[in-house]
Amino acid sequence: MEFIRKLGTITLKYVSGMGLMTIFLVRTLLCAITPPFKVLNFLKQIRFIGAQSVFLIAFIGAFTGGVLALQSYYNLNKLGSVAFTGPLVTLAIIKELGPVLAAIMVTARAGSAMTAEIGIMRITNQIDAIEMMGLNPLRYLVVPALFAAVISMPLLTSIFDFLGIFGGYVVAVKILGMEAGTYLGEIPNYLDLKDIMEGLYKSISFGVIVSWVSCYKGYYTGTSGFGAEGVSKSTTQAVVLSSAMIVIWDYFMTALISL
Amino acid sequence: MVLKGVNLSVNKGEILVLIGMSGYGKSVLLKHIARLFKPDKGRVLIDGKDIAPLNSRDLSAIRSRLGFLFQGGALFESMSIFENVAFPLKEKLGLKRDEIRERVLQELDNVGLSGAEDKYPTQISGGMQKRAALARVLVWQPEIILFDEPTTGLDPIIGHAILQLIAELHSRKKFTAIIVTHELQRVFKIAHRAAMLHEGVIRAVGTPDEILTSEDPVVKQFISGETEGPISYR
Repeated sequence: MEFIRKLGTITLKYVSGMGLMTIFLVRTLLCAITPPFKVLNFLKQIRFIGAQSVFLIAFIGAFTGGVLALQSYYNLNKLGSVAFTGPLVTLAIIKELGPVLAAIMVTARAGSAMTAEIGIMRITNQIDAIEMMGLNPLRYLVVPALFAAVISMPLLTSIFDFLGIFGGYVVAVKILGMEAGTYLGEIPNYLDLKDIMEGLYKSISFGVIVSWVSCYKGYYTGTSGFGAEGVSKSTTQAVVLSSAMIVIWDYFMTALISL
Repeated sequence: MVLKGVNLSVNKGEILVLIGMSGYGKSVLLKHIARLFKPDKGRVLIDGKDIAPLNSRDLSAIRSRLGFLFQGGALFESMSIFENVAFPLKEKLGLKRDEIRERVLQELDNVGLSGAEDKYPTQISGGMQKRAALARVLVWQPEIILFDEPTTGLDPIIGHAILQLIAELHSRKKFTAIIVTHELQRVFKIAHRAAMLHEGVIRAVGTPDEILTSEDPVVKQFISGETEGPISYR
């Protein structure tokens, strides 16, 4: 009996949590489509989420492409198909690894910081202070982050993709000795606009997930503990939940697009 | 449930002090009055209008008449003192730059913070933070101001100065004030009435003298600070 009671409590907690998250997103979207728009806050977020993530994304992208080329070359060599190294690296990066890894990197770098910042504002009553001025905190804290993430993520993903393919090129051509023409020449034969669009759609949706989850966890800091501990827990939860949702959503999007 | 049926009315233009044991819901009551918390049941009336069921638009209108001085000040740490005080004028009232500057500098002067406008909250002392927060509350001239422990964490001299400032500003601006505090003796000097919240209900209301001389054993023990009596602190 105790087990059933606990199971019910946990289920209710998660279901109500999901409901609250959905309401939070709907309220944010309603704010997003009604003026006034906080352009300065949006530009600050673009700088923080987008511009300041470029180096990290470029670095991770180049090494991801490099390791992918390394693995592809050695394994395709066993089958006598090293010519497919270029297309394999390109398709894997553009369709999957680019959007997913870029989103996870943004979650780790910018998402966690967003949660911590909003969480600290919550526990120090700064969000209450905005409400007491008769203003909507979502308009100042969440909407700019949502727009910035939706715009930044495809751009960051493009940088990841480009440097990933370039990293693969450096490893395959400059280190492993493949012909440049073989690596690059086969790519147009296998890459369609549809593949590029798939990566683009994914990166936009991941932008929504990262900003939504990170801001939500910060905004409701205190439900999982108070003070600094609450902020710390919320930040961890934001990164874990955001990463998990990115991977799960990626599966469903791939399944839907591949239909 | 911290509050179990509070019945308290505050007269227009008066300073009412709310006292009680720590953790007995004084700040919670204040947040219910500001509708930062929604009551499970009961009503919070401002000029006869219940604010508990209001939608966000109507609530926004009511809140433009309210000010809340939070315990820690709640200044925006990423903004300078000037930007903090200017924030409600710019965002809420949409005033022009020159007018904002004039009103902000005037309000900072009122709270004795002239010259500190370019500093950030982390660069100034706790007392200055409280005064800056007070300036941010006063700048849009609310009719009702809720003070949540305005002197907590400050040394006695700065604490006294903050209370004198509140009294002085009240005499000039005639706002209605509810002050949650533990500073009985000094706050009682500026208060018109005092109320004690105990175990979720208002235990006593009266003038400061009536509260100080109350024969109610709970009020008496709280005022005297005795550890023995009906109030259990464990």
